Formats: sequence, C-alpha cells, structure tokens
Amino acid sequence: MHLAYPAVLAVLLFCVGLYGVLARRNAILVLMSVELMLNAVNLNLVAFDVWLRDTLHSGQALTLFTIAIAAAEIGIGLAIVLAVYRNRGTSAVDDLRDTAERPDDGGDGDGVGPEGAAAEEPDEPAPGASQKAEATA
Amino acid sequence: MTTTTLAVLVPLLPFLGAVAGLLLGRTVPGLVRPLAVLPALTSLGLAAVVAVRQGGDAAVDAATQLTPTGSVPIDLALHIDGFAALVAVLVGVVASCVQIYSTAYLRDDPRYPSYAALVSLFTSAMLLVVYSGDLMVLLVGWEIMGICSYFLVGHYWETPEARAASLKAFLVTKLGDVPFLIGLFALAVDAGSFRITEILATVAQGGLDHPTLIALLLLAGVAGKSAQFPLHTWLPDAMAGPTPVSALIHAATMVAAGVYFVARLLPVFAASAAALVVLAVMAAVTMAGSALAALAQDDIKRVLAYSTIGQLGYMTGALAVGDRGAAVFHLLSHGAFKALLFLAAGVIIHAAGTNSLAAMSRMKDLRDRVPDAYWTMTVALLALAAIPPFSGFFSKEAVLGAAEHTATGHADSAPAAAGWIVLVAGLVAALLTAAYATRLWLLAFRGRGAEAPDHGRQPVAMTAVLWVLAVPSLAFGVTVGVLPDWFDGHKLAPTLTTSVLGTGVALVGALVTYGAWRHTTALAARVPIGAVAAHPDADGGQVEAEAIATHAPAYGNVASAPDPADPGRLLLGPLHRHAAVGFHLDALYAALFVRPVQAGARLVRFLDREVVDTYVRGAGTAPRWLGAAVRRAQTGNVQTYLSALLAGTVVLAVAAVLVATAGA
Amino acid sequence: MNLPIAADAPQGFLSPTGIEIAFVLVGLVTLGAAVITVTTRQLVHAALWLVVALGGLAVEYLLLTAEFIAWVQVLIYVGSVVVLLLFGLMLTRAPIGRSPDADSGNRPVALAVALAAAGALVWVVVDAFRTQWIELDKPQGTTDVTGSILFRHWVLPFEALSVLLLAALVGAIVLSRKSKDEPDANGRQNRNGPKTPAAQKAPKDQKAPKAPNDQTGQTDQTDQTEGTR
Repeated sequence: MHLAYPAVLAVLLFCVGLYGVLARRNAILVLMSVELMLNAVNLNLVAFDVWLRDTLHSGQALTLFTIAIAAAEIGIGLAIVLAVYRNRGTSAVDDLRDTAERPDDGGDGDGVGPEGAAAEEPDEPAPGASQKAEATA
Repeated sequence: MTTTTLAVLVPLLPFLGAVAGLLLGRTVPGLVRPLAVLPALTSLGLAAVVAVRQGGDAAVDAATQLTPTGSVPIDLALHIDGFAALVAVLVGVVASCVQIYSTAYLRDDPRYPSYAALVSLFTSAMLLVVYSGDLMVLLVGWEIMGICSYFLVGHYWETPEARAASLKAFLVTKLGDVPFLIGLFALAVDAGSFRITEILATVAQGGLDHPTLIALLLLAGVAGKSAQFPLHTWLPDAMAGPTPVSALIHAATMVAAGVYFVARLLPVFAASAAALVVLAVMAAVTMAGSALAALAQDDIKRVLAYSTIGQLGYMTGALAVGDRGAAVFHLLSHGAFKALLFLAAGVIIHAAGTNSLAAMSRMKDLRDRVPDAYWTMTVALLALAAIPPFSGFFSKEAVLGAAEHTATGHADSAPAAAGWIVLVAGLVAALLTAAYATRLWLLAFRGRGAEAPDHGRQPVAMTAVLWVLAVPSLAFGVTVGVLPDWFDGHKLAPTLTTSVLGTGVALVGALVTYGAWRHTTALAARVPIGAVAAHPDADGGQVEAEAIATHAPAYGNVASAPDPADPGRLLLGPLHRHAAVGFHLDALYAALFVRPVQAGARLVRFLDREVVDTYVRGAGTAPRWLGAAVRRAQTGNVQTYLSALLAGTVVLAVAAVLVATAGA
Repeated sequence: MNLPIAADAPQGFLSPTGIEIAFVLVGLVTLGAAVITVTTRQLVHAALWLVVALGGLAVEYLLLTAEFIAWVQVLIYVGSVVVLLLFGLMLTRAPIGRSPDADSGNRPVALAVALAAAGALVWVVVDAFRTQWIELDKPQGTTDVTGSILFRHWVLPFEALSVLLLAALVGAIVLSRKSKDEPDANGRQNRNGPKTPAAQKAPKDQKAPKAPNDQTGQTDQTDQTEGTR
C-alpha cells in the first residue's frame, strides 16, 4: 500500500479537526474536534510504524499512550467545561472574553458575538465575573 | 599681629559672622544680635588699626597664588594704600551703625536673622573689594554684593514693589557686569596679570594696547554698580528695601564700589582721553538729571536715592578730571552724611507713619517728636547742600576745584573739555542739590496741620547711631589738610573761586526754594492729603513696608503725589511731571528692551507650544492610534488568537519548506 | 530508508491493490463523517458522526495490520470517549435539534486557515512520500507483539502513564465537585436559565456519571493489556 494514502488521510483529518477547533462555538464540539486531530496523529503513527517495521514498535506504543492521554484529556476537558458552564451558564467559547480590552470592546463585539451572547445570556458579564472570583477562591 | 593679618581679618570677620548667623539664626535666637553687631564693630576696629599702621605710606601688598590657571594667574592679594585703608574704615563705620540701627529698626521682624547675616555678608564683600589686590578676587566681592543687594532689597518680598525692585536691581547691575567682566579679561590680557599693582605698572609704561575699549567696558560695570546714567534706574526702586539697607547700599558699599574701583584703576582710565570725556558726560548728565528728579519726588527715601545718584555723579566727575583724591574724599564724607540721612529718614518714617513728604507737610510738630532725627538730619542736609563748614562743603569744593583746575588747563592728566563739563554740571547740580535739600527739610519738619502722631521715644539704638554719624558729617572737613597725605598728594583745600561760586549757588537754590515754599504752603491746608500706616506701635521696618505698599494706592504713583503745596512743583513747572518719573527712562527701557524681550518670549512660547509640541503630540498620537488598532485585536476570543497563531504557523511552515526546497 | 523492500517496489497509483481500494473507500467515509462532525448544526448528531469517523479509523488500523490498536480505538473512543462527550452535551443542556449558532464568527478565518494548512501539508506529504510503499505481508500489530513490546520495552512510560491517568481522575473529580456555595450557584442558574427543572437536575448529575466513565476508560485498557499478557 502506498504510504501516501494514510498520510494524506491523516493530513485531511487533522485539518478537518483544525477547522472544527477554530470554527465551533460549543466547547464540547471543540473537544470533539480535538479528538479528530489526535486520531489523525494516531493514524500517522500507526502507518509509519508499519511502514518502518520498527522492532520496538514505538509508533504503536505511542499510539496507545496517545489514546490513554486523550481519554484523560477528554475527562479533564469535560470537567472544565462543566465548571465553566456552572459558573457562566454557557459553554460557548466566544462568550468567554474576560481577557478582552474593556474600553473599546463594548461596542465592536465583532460579528456573531453580540447576537449569541444576547440570545443565551443577556446579562452575562457581571455575575459571571463575580462567580468566577468565588469559584477560584 | 602684622598689618597683613589684620587686613585679612577685616573682611573675614563679617563673613564668619554671616555664616554663623545663617547657621545659628533659627536655633539660637539670642546669638543673632551679637553675631550681627560684634563682627562689624571688630572689623571697624581692625580697619582703623590697619589705617593707622598704613598711615598713608607705601601701599601694603601681600599675595599668595590662589590657583594656577595656565595663563593669567589669580592671586589672593591685598593691596592697601591710603584709599583702601580709609574706605575700609568708612565701610566699617557705616556697617556697624547699620547693624546697631537694625537691631531696633527690625526688632520684631521674623526674618531678622537672615537679614542680619546678609548685611554682614554684604559688608564682608565690600571690604573684600576694598582690600583686594587682585581683580578676580575683587570681582568675587563685586558679585556677592550684587546677589546680597538682590536679597536685601527684596526683604519685604510679600509686596510686589519689593519683588520688582530686587529683580530690577539685580538685572540692571548684571547688565553692566557682563561688559565689566569682558573688560577685566581684556585688561588682564593686555597687562598679563590680574594684580592691580602690576596692571598699574603696565599702564605707567604705556603697555596697554586697547585703553579706550577696556575703559569703556569697565565703565559699563561701574555705571551699573554706582548707579550712573544710563544704568541708574535700579537705585530709586531699590528704596523698596528696608531703610538700613538703603543706608548701607547708598553710603558705603555697593554704589561706592564702582567709584572706588575707578579710583583704584584711574591710570587705566586716564590712559584714554575718550574714556574720561565719556565719564565726564556721564557724570554731568547724572548730576543734573538726578537733582531735577530728586526735586520732584514725594517719597522721602526716593529723594535721598536721587541725591545719592547725584553725589555719585560728583565723584565720577572728579574721576573724569583725573583727581581721585577728591573723588574718594567726597566718597568718604558722602558716605557719612548719606548714611545719616537714610537712618534719620527711617526714624522719621517710623514716627510719621508715612514716607510721603506731602503727608508730612500736613503734620504739625513732627520735629518735636523726633528731635534727634531733626537735628542730625539738619546737619546732614547742610552737608549735602555743601554749606560751609560742614563736611560736604569741603569735599564738593575739592571736586569743583579739581574740575576748575582741569578746565583752566592746569592739569595734564585729563582733557580740558571734561573739566568744563564737570564744572558747569557741578555748579548746576549744587544749585539743585541745595534746592531739594531745602525742600526736603521744609516739607518734613515745617509742616502745618494736624498734630503728628506720638509714638513715644525712638529706641536708643536708632537715635544714638544718628549722633555718631553726625560727628563726621559736621567735622570731617577739618581733615582736609591731612587727607592729601593718604591720597595722591593733590591739594584738597577749597579754592576761593569755586567756594564762592558753589556756596553762592547753593544759597540761591535754598532761598529760592524757601520762597517757593512760602508761596505754596498756604495751599496745603486746602488739599487734605496723607495716608498713615495702620500700626503705630510696630517696629520701623513694618511701618516702612506698609508705607511703601500704600503709597501707590494712595497717590497713584510710587514716586510722586498730586500735591499743589509742593514747592518743587512750582519750581520745576512743566518739567515736574517728567522729573517725577525719572524723565521716562523706565518707560523708554520698557519700550526698548522689556517689550522686545517679552515679545520674543511670547514667540518662543508660541513656537514651543504650537510648533514643537505639535510634533511631540503627533509622535504620541501615532502610537496611540496604533495601540487602539492593536487593542481591537484583543477580543478575548480564544479562537481568534488560535486562528492567528495557526495561520502564522502555516505561513512559517510553508516558508521553511520553500527555503529548504529552494536550497536543495 | 533502511528498508529496501519499500524503496524499490513502487507501484503506480493507477493500478491499486485491493487493500488500497478498501483503504481509500473507508478513508472517504471517515473523512466525510469527520467533515459532518465539524459542520453539522445538531450537536448530538455531531457526536454520533464522530462515532462513525472513529470507527472508520479503527477499520483503517485493521487494514494497516495494527489490530490491537484498532480494538483499543473501538473500546476507548467509541465506547467511552463519545459516551462521555454525550454526557457532557447533556449536562450543559445543549439544545436537541438544529441550533443556528453552532459555528462562531470565526468560521471564515477557520476555513481559510484549515484549507491553507491542508494544502500545505498535502503538498509536502505527497511530495515527500509518493514513492514510498508499505509492505503488508506480515501483520505488524498483533496483540501478541504489542503486548510483548509494551511490557518489555515500554513498561516504564506505561507506568508513568498510569500515574497520569490517576492524576486526571483526581483532577476531574476536584473540578466537577460541587463547591460549598451551592445555593449561590443554584440561585444564579435559576435567575439566568428559565428552565427550573434543569437546575434541580444539575447537582445530581455533577459527579456521578463522569468519574465512573473515566475509570472505565482506564480499567478497559488495563484489562486489555493484562489480557494480552
């Protein structure tokens, strides 16, 4: 089998995952996209391991490790998403903008931001900030 | 102790007193008065001893090199001839009197400690100028006097008059000091030394290359310091300082320094006939103009200030005709009676509660309130008017005699033109001097109207000093036979021609003024006028400060009052209006110098604010816009950041691949 | 490379073998499922399409003769990770059905970046590996082989990984535990969210489903590896 097939498939999967990470609003969908990217890497690892016939099979061992780490990552990630959701009432990535520049940020809200925020959480920032402070404390 | 040691101590003691006074003035208030008076008295004693030891013999010279400069060396040198010895005694006398007087006059002043220390420093600086044998060291004392006069004239810095006057005094004298400094350097370059003895030796050999230039440059500094036309305008305004300071500045120290300096370096000036003529014209204009102005002043101290300018004109006139003996003789006698006049005027101002002659002329029995001031001031005014046998007569006749001597061609050191100029101007000034002295006396002591306020007896420290100074004012003339031994040896005794002429015009001036006064005094009752200070029980300084501060609001002008009973107004006629403001010289200077400078300052301000700052603001605006633009990228949206990051990564990766493949 | 077989056996792309055809077909299915995952507007459907994509990948692993990896993929990804994601969607009350705002405003940029990255990577990968050939004559990833190398050569990283999993377990519990100021959080949720039943359900569901899931992920793997041994 040509090495190009699995390699190209891995590349395409990776880029699909990349697109998902950058384009999805829901944090859980972002996590799914991360899983896609991880799997693309796994595919690469396996394909090159098979191609190279490595006696240590480091590719496959690393794939196993990656899978385990991905499982841990998804657990932690979901816990974080849930904590954020509990505190903020939303799991939309682009609503979490505490690091934005305040004075100019009020008006521009670029594109989807204002309508999404308006639809889900009309008065989000102030309680969100206080809740976050309490949660971190 | 050797004479040199004593002479070094003379300027050093007041300096140490000043330092100690400044250091201890606040912490140990009890020491302030002893620290002010004792160094001055000791210096006086030491100066007297030095004078006796020197005795008019060969000059005492001592020098130690201060610092090698590579070219013209600067020495710490003493050069004590008869002039220096006697002037130092005069400085000591006046400084001691002023310090004693001030203890009472500024009794309650909170700034007395610093005041006394500055007076001591002033005295020390003048003594340094007097004794110094090196022009650079002399310059140090010269400049210390400038800065001390700034502080002392501005003693009542709460009042705008005092602030303006102190700045004016400082700036005008500095205006003269710049060419003075250049002149000193030019002189030192020509002579190869700053030492007075060596300079004089060089001059005697005709070794000066540019005598006229040097003399004129030095004259500018002298005119500034000695308040000669056209740099005299600071002196009348300096009356905003306390009276003892006026006495100190006018009698013995600052203004005397210029005359004394010319007297010391007279051969340098005599080397240039043009410089002498310029000096003569300067003296003539100063004498006549200041006497006219004095006749129109209302403030008693301003009358005396213009009189000082006029008397200094006599001295420079004497120098212009090449007779420094006469100049220093007049300097000594003038120092005594002018100090007396100022100190007595301080007493009068304290007693009357006003500095306005118009107000005093409406007070009855002022002379009975201050008998000491009345009698001593009478003596001093007679001396000022050069009535025999008072001291002023002898010294002024010496000046006039020297001028006549030169005018008739008997002297080879000075051109005859200078002699004629000085002689004519001197006679005119003698007439006017007698006139304004008479006016001052009549207005101050022959007033009619309400009873003068009674503040009890004046402090002994103030009145005793008056009598001490009255002695030389009265009797200094008897030394006329001895003094030539101390000086150059010129005869100083009055000659018949000038005596008759001088005394005659003085009497004419006095009688005319008296007649005018008799004519106008009837008007006094009709025009009530007068503002009296509100604090009759305060010390002299405070009363004076209030009097000066209220003069302009009360009479519309610091210099004159609209008083029809003033004989000066009748005598001067239409000239009075111009004389009262010093012949508009201040207005002229304002138009010539002040306004262009202010316009230039406004231009610079405009350029700075509008032109330079525009660039600065522009330089600030661009980064601010840039910052605003960059800030818009800080959306807080992690996805945006991540997109930018990954896009950058892709670009870099593609670039790396392209570079790698291009290289391969 | 060090394998002469791979180097000198270039087969044309126009004469594919059977395995290649199968690989490409499954790959297309996988890619399509992945694309739908990141583009669908129904959140739950996205999770289900993810199952398809991950399952397709498992088949690809099988085709690449890495059978153990394939089964682990099925067990962990399809069996636990996707279930976990579905729970996550549920707990955050993701809307069932089409949600119009599933994509953020960053979408054009994301598309551009993804396409650029895909172009660049495909170009580079194809350029680099178009002549390379994988010899599939002998299975490379049987359970036997994998177990032996894992516990012979990779045992230390393996144990370290177990520590990592433990840490992740503890971390997940700590993060998702109810904080002490429960009434406050509840009150805020009540005020913000109009649906009151969800507020009651939330505390109950916080901890229970997740920790066991995570644990099963770990136990699955250890069971499998022990089994192979």
